[in-house]
Amino acid sequence: MSTREGTNEVALLELRNLHVALEDGTEIVKGVDLAVDLNEKHAIMGPNGSGKSTLAYALMGHPAYEVTDGEILLDGESLVDEEADERARRGLFLAFQYPHAIPGVTVTSFLRSAINAKRKAANGGEDDPIPVKEFRTELLAAMEQLKVPRELAQRYLNDGFSGGEKKRVEILQMAMLKPRIAILDETDSGLDIDALRVVAGGVNELVGSTMGAVVITHYQRILNYIQPDHVHVFADGRIVASGGPELALELEEKGYDPFIPAGVASESGGDES
Amino acid sequence: MSEIETRDENEIIREIRAEYDYGWHVDDSPIYKAPKGLSHELIDVISDHKAEPDWMRRFRHESLDFFHARPMPSWGADLSGIDFDNIHYYLKPTEKQADKWEDLPAEILDTWDRLGIPEAEKKYLAGVGAQYESEVVYHKLQEDLERQGVIFLDMDSGLREHPELVQQYFAKVIPQNDNKFAALNSAVWSGGSFIYVPKGVRIEMPLQAYFRINAENMGQFERTLIIVDEDAYVHYVEGCTAPIYSSDSLHSAVVEIIVHKGGRCRYTTIQNWSNNVYNLVTKRAVAHENATMEWVDGNLGSKVTMKYPAIWLMGEGAHGEVLSIAFAGKGQHQDAGGKVVHVAPNTTSVITSKSISKNGGRGGYRGLLEVGKGATGTKSKVVCDALILDEDSRSDTYPYIDVKENDVDLGHEATVSKIGEEQLFYLMSRGLSEGEASGMIVSGFVEPITKELPLEYAVEMNRLIQLQMEGSVG
Repeated sequence: MSTREGTNEVALLELRNLHVALEDGTEIVKGVDLAVDLNEKHAIMGPNGSGKSTLAYALMGHPAYEVTDGEILLDGESLVDEEADERARRGLFLAFQYPHAIPGVTVTSFLRSAINAKRKAANGGEDDPIPVKEFRTELLAAMEQLKVPRELAQRYLNDGFSGGEKKRVEILQMAMLKPRIAILDETDSGLDIDALRVVAGGVNELVGSTMGAVVITHYQRILNYIQPDHVHVFADGRIVASGGPELALELEEKGYDPFIPAGVASESGGDES
Repeated sequence: MSEIETRDENEIIREIRAEYDYGWHVDDSPIYKAPKGLSHELIDVISDHKAEPDWMRRFRHESLDFFHARPMPSWGADLSGIDFDNIHYYLKPTEKQADKWEDLPAEILDTWDRLGIPEAEKKYLAGVGAQYESEVVYHKLQEDLERQGVIFLDMDSGLREHPELVQQYFAKVIPQNDNKFAALNSAVWSGGSFIYVPKGVRIEMPLQAYFRINAENMGQFERTLIIVDEDAYVHYVEGCTAPIYSSDSLHSAVVEIIVHKGGRCRYTTIQNWSNNVYNLVTKRAVAHENATMEWVDGNLGSKVTMKYPAIWLMGEGAHGEVLSIAFAGKGQHQDAGGKVVHVAPNTTSVITSKSISKNGGRGGYRGLLEVGKGATGTKSKVVCDALILDEDSRSDTYPYIDVKENDVDLGHEATVSKIGEEQLFYLMSRGLSEGEASGMIVSGFVEPITKELPLEYAVEMNRLIQLQMEGSVG
């Protein structure tokens, strides 16, 4: 599994035998292999407590989760020793299940700073701020597409936002920061159907020749709107089955139990929050 | 103190310089530099240089006696490091004041250029006073304001040109023996601003004073008096910086403000002294009927700051606000805060304090809210928030409240928070470095105050905060 099956090409993002533990040594992710390319939508589906969110945090470089074995490769280069900001600059993005509030910092000013941080890194450490007009045009277009109300742009980031507003703004950030690989952690939770449709539409729009996505969820629901190319069943820190979109329907019908190895209770395992 | 003394001096200076943009000095040739130390002879020298009226000379001599008679304050920050014998109390940098920048000696002009003052004057200021050591070396007010009767002078010129007005108000809000450092200032004051805004005149653009210390072991004692007449408005801004030396300097100002009926005064400070300056300032305003006084007080620099801008609400319907930011980094103690005294009925006040401490710094809020007998219908709100950036740093809150009236509406909130790992991770996952991320959290924390500033100053304040933050990482 270290390279794309049937080819010698290295995928854009590759996880090789990835093991992740908490600071106290408890192993949560127990050997995951995964390859994601541009223009691909992968769904990782698993019950609560299976370690999906830990996987997402570990990919983004959360300091509380340690990679104890295996590799995370982007463009064939290891990310394991890189901090979250470097991973973001290389093109990773994580849409958080529970985005944090930053009081006093407006969505607009936050987005401008984040874009400029990436541009500065891309420009060899020299400031290269995005022209005001270009930023404004892009922001307005993305907000329009994601049906984010204008007034939200002037509010403090996630401060007092409803669950749905937070998720929309996560996707807005994704649209503005233009990652190459986006990981969406339970983006469907807290969204009503209309919001889900808009958010999924945004993801669908962005996945293409410049972006691939990993959608982490425990409901099949979001997959009605984001049609995945690949579906992986995640249980007890491992991918226990992989297949095409039909696998999601099978899960919907039969539940997770048939996929979970004997002796592993569906509620055991990692810390989801 | 002991921690600092055990380390190599140059090492300390290097570390501080890395975080401070203004630590350079120039080699100049002053007209007169008093020998170190305080004495009645020195006071005569200062008075002679200024050719002052006798009442002022006597006032200085009396004040010096008050200074000697008073003990050092036993509360607040540690002031035991001040060596009063090792300070130059008067330094006259130029023969006369200029009203054109190019008339200044080259090295002094260079200093102002590097601080960006002439540029700022062109863009967004109605008037500028630039004090270098003990004297205001440059002063200019827009002509149309002069024609409207606005007076904006350095304090020495104010005393010469408007003696009655000065005598009427000088040391009336802050008596010469108010406290030890007000007494010191009253004895050796030099420079500062004298402002009078006539009835109904509203000055839309700010007047700015900039205070620069250049010499080592310098004492700067400017004295400012602002009189805002009925229904008039002025926004006065002061900024201050100094070079970094291995021994200490002292800055001890007195600022008195009178806002008459229906007038409004806003006084904004961006204090960014180097980390070898003791900054001990007395600021007090009185607000008459329906007048508004606002102190916006940003303290980023200095070794020790003790400063509690005060407002006495003397007339019915008067309103007072204190917005205070104190940022204490390595080796700094910011004992900041505010004081509001409600004397008249139906007066309102808000005190908002934001203190940040990092790298072993000590920040805090010390405030007094007093409601006197008869100040019925008082409304007041005090909010003090502290953000502590690491385990070595500290923040203290001393919110004194003294209420002698029943019919009042008072609110008080205080929070203490730390920057969480989760917040940092969230921002870093968007590509911000750790320094940029914590800087953003801090900028957000002080935003309720920076949003009150004119854009240019808000940008400057955020830039200074970012600079302090970046110095803390890596």
